[in-house]
Amino acid sequence: MALFSDAFMTVSPKFPAAPADEFRDGMITIVPMIIAALPIGLIFGALSAQKGLSPLEVFLMSAGVFAGGAQFVALEIWTHPAPWLTLTVSALLVNLRHVLMSASLAPKVARGFRPWQRALGFFVLTDEIWALAEQRAATRVLTPAWYAGMVIPFYLNWVIAATAGAITGTVLGDTTRFGLDFAFPALFIALIMSFWKGPRTGAVLAASALAATGTYLTLGGAWYVIAGALAGVLVAYVTATETDETGAPGQ
Amino acid sequence: MTVDPFTLLAILGMAVVTYLTRISGLFLMSRVTLPRRLATALDAVPAAVLMAVITPAALATGPAETLAAGVAAIAALRLPMLAVVALGVTAAALFRAMLG
Repeated sequence: MALFSDAFMTVSPKFPAAPADEFRDGMITIVPMIIAALPIGLIFGALSAQKGLSPLEVFLMSAGVFAGGAQFVALEIWTHPAPWLTLTVSALLVNLRHVLMSASLAPKVARGFRPWQRALGFFVLTDEIWALAEQRAATRVLTPAWYAGMVIPFYLNWVIAATAGAITGTVLGDTTRFGLDFAFPALFIALIMSFWKGPRTGAVLAASALAATGTYLTLGGAWYVIAGALAGVLVAYVTATETDETGAPGQ
Repeated sequence: MTVDPFTLLAILGMAVVTYLTRISGLFLMSRVTLPRRLATALDAVPAAVLMAVITPAALATGPAETLAAGVAAIAALRLPMLAVVALGVTAAALFRAMLG
């Protein structure tokens, strides 16, 4: 549907250019995201090292999970030995939003991508990649070449930055001295505020904070993450109305 | 260069569930529309999870950390992420020095 209406309603070229040009176009598109992600990757690696993860473990996590938000969340609740079930559940919770993103992008790659290209391409479907692909799909046909040009540098950037951060990270020393241990909470607060959509978000956050604090002070362990998440989502469900325009993730 | 077996298990678990959320749309396509109420609740998941995650560090550690969290939240209304992190870290260090 969108393809047909785009053909008549926009002046942008509808047909893809040569693969090499598409690839280069994708690389140009991703440059700002790479600049933003580089220091975050270094911080992630450095803080992972503080938590006792080896550079190889940081490399494996960054290459295999490739989800900044989920990786930072994992680090925050990381203890030794790793509470793998809690870590897996929290990664699932943090990444649930990808279900909506994936569903909205899927029809836009249904024709131009081969099945293996879809399977591989969606492995790296982060918030940033999704947003840029949706933006592109609004005016042009998505091609595997453009997508690859965007994704390959972004993927390598994150994996290399995180691993490099882990290798050099231990030289940071005692992080509490300069308040560096507060980099995580500050980063999350910035992320949380980017999800702000009004007073109802405030209610969600309050419910989550209350339930998490209560659970943390009584039960301990990593249960506070799940308790807070459930309380927040419950409040969102209760305060939602049938006339809400939301549903698809915002851009 | 060591890999702890429990760490490896955690990484594998995280990688598998993350990939499942990302490819799920290829099977759902957009044929299934979620009830709006459920979609709104799902929308709130990231904020609710992140809030819960920072609770011990930001709200249950001490007044210095809680104040620094407030500074970061206000900064986040206007400033880019890296500036928020820099301000939050500085505020935490300052408040800790002031409040002991």
